[in-house]
Amino acid sequence: MSDYTRADVCAAAIADAFAEDGEIFGSPMGLLPMLGVRLAKLTSNPDLVISDGESLFLAGVPPLFAKADVVEGWIPFRRVFDVVAYGKRHVMMGATQVDRHGNQNISAIGDFAQPKRQLLGSRGAPGNTVNNRTSYWVPRHSSRVFVESVDIVSGVGPARAAAAGPGAAKYNDIHRIVSNLGVFDMTGAEHTMRLRSVHPGVTVDEVVAATGFELDIPAQVDTTREPTFEELTIIREMLDPKGLRFREVPEPEEATA
Amino acid sequence: MSRRPRDKTMSIDEVIGSLESGMTIGIGGWGPRRKPMALVRALYNSDLTDLTVVSWGGADVGLLARAGKIRRLVYAFVSLDSVPLEPNFQRARQEKSIPEVVELDEGMFQTGLKAAAERLPFLPMRAGLGSDVLVNNPWIETVTSPYADADGAHEELVAVPALRLDAALVHLNRADVHGNASYLGPDPYFDDLFAMAADRTYLSVEQITDTAGLTVDTPVQRLLLNRMMVTGVVETPNGAHFTNCVPDYERDERFQKAYAKAAGGDDADWQAFHDRFLAGDEAAYQDAVKAFNEEADK
Repeated sequence: MSDYTRADVCAAAIADAFAEDGEIFGSPMGLLPMLGVRLAKLTSNPDLVISDGESLFLAGVPPLFAKADVVEGWIPFRRVFDVVAYGKRHVMMGATQVDRHGNQNISAIGDFAQPKRQLLGSRGAPGNTVNNRTSYWVPRHSSRVFVESVDIVSGVGPARAAAAGPGAAKYNDIHRIVSNLGVFDMTGAEHTMRLRSVHPGVTVDEVVAATGFELDIPAQVDTTREPTFEELTIIREMLDPKGLRFREVPEPEEATA
Repeated sequence: MSRRPRDKTMSIDEVIGSLESGMTIGIGGWGPRRKPMALVRALYNSDLTDLTVVSWGGADVGLLARAGKIRRLVYAFVSLDSVPLEPNFQRARQEKSIPEVVELDEGMFQTGLKAAAERLPFLPMRAGLGSDVLVNNPWIETVTSPYADADGAHEELVAVPALRLDAALVHLNRADVHGNASYLGPDPYFDDLFAMAADRTYLSVEQITDTAGLTVDTPVQRLLLNRMMVTGVVETPNGAHFTNCVPDYERDERFQKAYAKAAGGDDADWQAFHDRFLAGDEAAYQDAVKAFNEEADK
């Protein structure tokens, strides 16, 4: 089956990030992470605990943004912080900037005292990154996102955590960074960002050109696996029949030509 | 003399009249959800200045920033959800019109409220370590654990300072006149913590009922506030508008869009929005919203 899309590849790569997590709270921020987490629950990790993104743990796996499902628990905002500290959680957050040390920024662009552009605020990123497994999703890979040094450190990468001491480093676990071009982790030299795989149709040179810092690149770079027939069926017919994923990851032009 | 507990019903004006410039005011709800907007609108129109505002920020922060009410803002985020970035807040930050900002991690924010609610000077936690939250707020200290962990190391943790409040403003679904109150939606947010962190708590509600009515068709676990925590109660139907107050109503997305457009536009755009919706009292606001929605429905 070769008629998969880039969005499908991303969803499967995100699902793979949650495959080994076992019975913990898979907590996605944003559309593709939500799709990937639900895909993981229906394939590689049925023990994964998922929520409606608001205040309910869901027993089933409903389509994106569906309202009704069997409820298996209560997770209002205050209890999310309990689970963060408890540690049985893997969050995949967005990132306006990420640097080679895996620091992430969702606070502001420019000087904090008077930003050029104020963003959301650091939200839960400082606490997530020193408490529970954290991954990032970047739908538009560019050198504006992957920068040499983030303007404000919201999410804490391994080097900063280590420098802050065992209280910060003990549970710091930046697991994967998935973008529309490839999959990355923090196993590069001195815990820097390393290219794990490029998505089908993407070259290593493209990734390098779209990244604003020196990536750790292994001698042999894998290609991100293709989604399976089962996964494609689940994505298309169950989780995202309306194709909402294409708003976040449109099909690259050369691939449709 | 009545043998019942005190009747604490107040008007919006009485609540605002009891506040003073320079106070630290906590605002309950969460982002664009169940915000005490009727009280916030009255604050926006008041003479009060130099406020420290502590909020899981939504349009409450945007409005008060736009009106120049905020001297110091304590937040972890400011967002309208379906409009991710709050234009009035963004503008205030980018123009540096809020003299002091304290951007915390969300968990730190909750922990600061907990510390205040428990009358502790601080509580320890990991959140903030290694991040720029500690760089941008150098007054936040760390504390070394007096207990060794398994490796024999003594962990250094953030000493999250108590977020003590002079007053808290919260909005719930139902209350009696004494200040016992329930939320009927899926999430309590942190309104009980705000109330306990504050010297005084002013509660607005969709509906005041008699005490027995609070549990007649609702589980007792939904009673989030009890009267010990509450100074005054205001009945303000649709008082969380344009944020949500489920199950009474969902967020008014159409109105929120109009707000965001005006806030993100030029001064004339905002002035027009202000004149139409915010210049009068709460009754005038509700009438203007009704007219806006009737017009948009045509």
